[in-house]
Amino acid sequence: MSSGGVLEHFTYIVTVFLMVAGLYVVIARGNLIKKLVGLSVFQTSVYLLYIAPGKLIGGTAPILSPHYTVYSNPLPHVLILTAIVVGVATLALGLALAVRIKETYGSIEEDEITAADNAVQDAEDARS
Amino acid sequence: MIVNSLLVLMMVAVLSLARTRNLFAVIVLSGIYSFLMATLMVALDAVDVAMTEAAVGAGISTVLLLGALHLCKSEEARPAHRPWLPLALSGATAALLIYGAMGLPDFADPNAPIHQHVAPRYLQNEVDVPNVVTAVLASFRGYDTLGETVVVFTAGAGIIALLRRRKHKPEGKGRDGE
Repeated sequence: MSSGGVLEHFTYIVTVFLMVAGLYVVIARGNLIKKLVGLSVFQTSVYLLYIAPGKLIGGTAPILSPHYTVYSNPLPHVLILTAIVVGVATLALGLALAVRIKETYGSIEEDEITAADNAVQDAEDARS
Repeated sequence: MIVNSLLVLMMVAVLSLARTRNLFAVIVLSGIYSFLMATLMVALDAVDVAMTEAAVGAGISTVLLLGALHLCKSEEARPAHRPWLPLALSGATAALLIYGAMGLPDFADPNAPIHQHVAPRYLQNEVDVPNVVTAVLASFRGYDTLGETVVVFTAGAGIIALLRRRKHKPEGKGRDGE
């Protein structure tokens, strides 16, 4: 089925690039808000991964009309509509957690949170 | 052509997003990225997805992120060590995924399996709604939407539980969750 080279798969390669960039931000950066932005970049690239194969050259949006005969595949669109809303719900929950962590620790940097946790642990060890 | 130029712009936006340490700039760049994605969805004939992405992905997400930023510090700390391990891991993942992606059918190939299987049946207008996406969403896959509302409700309940104004905390600023 597959015959083309890099040019025919450019959309997929860029999708992979965006996905991996999101993954890198999630792993490498310690700031919780930056991590969440990376997570949403990752999510958005998955939308592209689903929508791109449904496109047909010369096709039109899947709204039926007597003037057109070729339509893009509507099924990925439906799945991704659901995914977008769920993605925003998870983002909002993650941000709420970040705000609570900021209230408790006074920081949203992973290193500082771990350091604060370790300090509390050391103090308890010293007391016992 | 327009698809490829939008893809290049999105790569630029994500690269500068990953490099910037000012969180306000990061959030604005992620809004730009979302709008580029919405434009790309129009170019890929997914108009319903484009509208949702522009309203929810670029609009509500950005507002939520700015609201959270208002309650936190707006500058990211300098990373303590060079991120070689995450870079290597990301590179390995990218290589694996590109290897898999080269096995996919060509972009916009009309003989690809995705266009042969159930899509023709959905395009027959069985429920008398011209917009096929609406027909599939509401008639064929209504339980998906029910599950989605359950997820959104759970997230809303979780946010209210997390950010509810507490009495003994003078500093805790309550914030509307949704």
